[in-house]
Amino acid sequence: MGPITSRLVALNSTQGWIAFAAFGLVMAVLVPVLNLMVPPSSAFHVPDYVVALMGKYLCYAILALSLDLIWGYCGVLSLGQGAFFALGGYAMGMYMMRSIGERGVYGNPLLPDFMVFLNWTELPWYWLGFDQFWFAVLMVFAVPGLLAFVFGWLAFRSRITGVYLSIITQAMTYALMLAFFRNEMGFGGNNGLTDFKDILGFELSARSTRVGLYVSSVIALGLAFLLCRFIVSSKLGRVLVAVRDAESRVRFLGYSVTNVKLFVFTVSAMLAGLAGALYVPQVGIINPSEFSPAQSIEVAVWVAVGGRGTLVGAILGAFAVNGAKTWLTGVAPEVWLFFLGGLFIIVTLLLPKGLLGLYASLRARFASVKAEEKRHA
Amino acid sequence: MIRRVLLLAFLALVCLPGPARAEPFADAVQALSAKGFRERTEAVEALAATGDARAVAILEALSEGALQTTADDRVVMVRGGTAVDAATGEVLAEPGPLNRITVNNSLRRAIRESLGRLGLFAAEPARRQAAAEALLNTQPSQESAAMLREALANESERRVRSAMEFSLAAMDLVAEDKTQRLEAIEVLSGSLDRRVRSMLQGRLAQEEDAEVRAAVEDALESIQTQVKVINFVSNLFQGLSLGSVLLLAAIGLAVTFGVMGVINMAHGEMIMLGAYTTFVVQEIFRAALPTAAFDLYLVVALPVAFAVTFLVGVGLERGIIRFLYGRPLETLLATWGISLALQQVVRSIFGATNKEVANPSWMTGGVEVVGGLMLTYNRIVIVLFALAVLAGLAALLRWSSFGLHMRAVTQNRPMASAMGIRTGRVDAMTFGLGSGIAGIAGVALSQIGNVSPNLGQAYIVDSFMVVVFGGVGSLWGTLVGAMSLGMVNKFLEPYAGAMLGKILVLVAIILFIQKRPRGLFALKGRSVEN
Repeated sequence: MGPITSRLVALNSTQGWIAFAAFGLVMAVLVPVLNLMVPPSSAFHVPDYVVALMGKYLCYAILALSLDLIWGYCGVLSLGQGAFFALGGYAMGMYMMRSIGERGVYGNPLLPDFMVFLNWTELPWYWLGFDQFWFAVLMVFAVPGLLAFVFGWLAFRSRITGVYLSIITQAMTYALMLAFFRNEMGFGGNNGLTDFKDILGFELSARSTRVGLYVSSVIALGLAFLLCRFIVSSKLGRVLVAVRDAESRVRFLGYSVTNVKLFVFTVSAMLAGLAGALYVPQVGIINPSEFSPAQSIEVAVWVAVGGRGTLVGAILGAFAVNGAKTWLTGVAPEVWLFFLGGLFIIVTLLLPKGLLGLYASLRARFASVKAEEKRHA
Repeated sequence: MIRRVLLLAFLALVCLPGPARAEPFADAVQALSAKGFRERTEAVEALAATGDARAVAILEALSEGALQTTADDRVVMVRGGTAVDAATGEVLAEPGPLNRITVNNSLRRAIRESLGRLGLFAAEPARRQAAAEALLNTQPSQESAAMLREALANESERRVRSAMEFSLAAMDLVAEDKTQRLEAIEVLSGSLDRRVRSMLQGRLAQEEDAEVRAAVEDALESIQTQVKVINFVSNLFQGLSLGSVLLLAAIGLAVTFGVMGVINMAHGEMIMLGAYTTFVVQEIFRAALPTAAFDLYLVVALPVAFAVTFLVGVGLERGIIRFLYGRPLETLLATWGISLALQQVVRSIFGATNKEVANPSWMTGGVEVVGGLMLTYNRIVIVLFALAVLAGLAALLRWSSFGLHMRAVTQNRPMASAMGIRTGRVDAMTFGLGSGIAGIAGVALSQIGNVSPNLGQAYIVDSFMVVVFGGVGSLWGTLVGAMSLGMVNKFLEPYAGAMLGKILVLVAIILFIQKRPRGLFALKGRSVEN
């Protein structure tokens, strides 16, 4: 085995790789098969809405991973992840807007409907190139990455840490929300981008496309997980944790805290952008409310519920909290905010390590009880 | 006076073969029943020229077709089935067959103008002023000018006088006499009315005399400068007002975040609770107390709101936040959770829609400093109130024993504890104080905005920006931060629009924090270290 292969293999323990493969198989193979091949009458059939829902959760899981990387491992609570998510979403939305072409309500081959509606005659320069899929994908990573790089460079260089950073990232996403609400920005204003027809020539309303997007999300989540795993298990990952636990000491030891933080912040923003880009074709709309500070803070609770500083925890948290959200907003919508608010409080007060931490401590207690019994026996 | 008498005499001579020439008013009324429209029009003008208050009702009746003549040629007003003699006010028991006095378009116009001029002699200054201002719109006429001159001679109210002078000058603007025109332009250069501006521009287009042209140009320029000054002052006031709103929202945060270092994301919800307390107090006043007492509800709401939010704050601190000291990020998340729950509590109790909170009568209306610059009382009250709250808080921190304990605990907790200060109690009280101030901010903000469960969300980002910009832990910084943000926002608005202005301010703050991470007024010394 070459050095790279062995490094890759070492990303997970054997058990870990088995779990990874099992999860991947169930999500990427079993669910689509049960959805497409098994007739709806069968008890094993997975209905379409479940697939759509799972697709959404998968994107949220990538978003949670991105926050976990920067918060759980580096101790920087970014409340701007929602902004990177939305920017990635807008980039993908712009591609799909342009590929509508003449099928819009006004039938303009070049301009999206909302621009025709605003009496615009020319495509703004920043919409150029978005008719190419590769360009849009590039932008999905480049725009959030660049924003995070510039913002992070300014913030980390002047050693803005802790809550100050949280507050100014929140201000950033708030400012972006206000900006995207403006019609003059050329991103559809209040309504955002919607009425998409197809992606890469595949019709969005078709079942096979939906399943395709879903499977792409599973693969993206898997790759994102491996990437994060690669980062946190590297030497850089150890520095990250050290920065989280004793920033000044790391600096005195001669590491550049600024560069380390800047690197993870940028990677994490790109991951968030990817999540947004996968999310938008699946839900069919992107509007400025995705930028709202509340959305970004909600991501923090997913990560906290699952368990900070554990990548699996972030994924678990995203699924658990959003599952609860879907269920509760359906059954008793007025309870949802109490539940979410309560989660924030419980997780910070009683479960600082989240569900995974709870599981670990339960297992430890169980093990010690067993050991005790063994000693007595 | 002489003019008026002459005019009347002239009219009286022209129009009527009336039965008795006892008094001009009765004659004019009688003349309304004349045969031709021309005669009737002249009669209407004569009636208006009397300046008699009774004429208003008669002219209105005429234009509505309620002015009729009896068989014996008496002019009567028919209102709700009874006929009243228009000249004497005597009620006619049996008027007999009646004949309506018809009105045509030119007569109707004359009535309208006469009614306008009659307003010049009304008893209330407001109506006189309205009448004078209305004349600015009408075609200049000899009669109107004469009436204006006469009204002006008797007028003592300053505002009404200036309105009359402007209208008169507007009429003189087209006078034949050059000096009269120049005088009119001189007067008009003091007016900020848009109509005056377009009138002057119109004059400039028509005028042929070079001297007058120059005068008009000067006048326009002087008006332009005045408008600029007024806009500036108005922006200043708006900025001050927005600044004081931000200040109110941020003072409480300056205590919890600045002094204690606790990130309270539920701060906005404390403001919201204060606003809802105001609403409840208002409803109690409406339901249980006489209307006369209603104006006092706001005064009662202040301590009540403070008490409610103080208790909620103390409860939160003892129940949740004290377990999170030293973990600011967790505090941020937990208090965000609290804010979500509080919003939902209020939504469940009061519903999701906006609640209406009325201004007490002493806060409605405003004072007009100069033309076009209106300062509303509720804004003025809030500016003063915000400053008073800040001063009160500063005094409390500086001179009370509680303030001393608070400062001691923030500066050196173990030492304060060793000196016998119950630090836990001080923590709870401090958080309660910050929340209570947010509560009374809510009382003030309920007066100028919507009261809804989302009220707090609107202020949270802004108030954090104020505290961070001004410098954490410095009340002075909070004041300067709030006021400068308010000013910058309002001065940017005309150029960039409200939304873009706000975005620019946010970006500017983000950049500013790079330069001065600890804000404008950073604390120095040991207490900074942690």
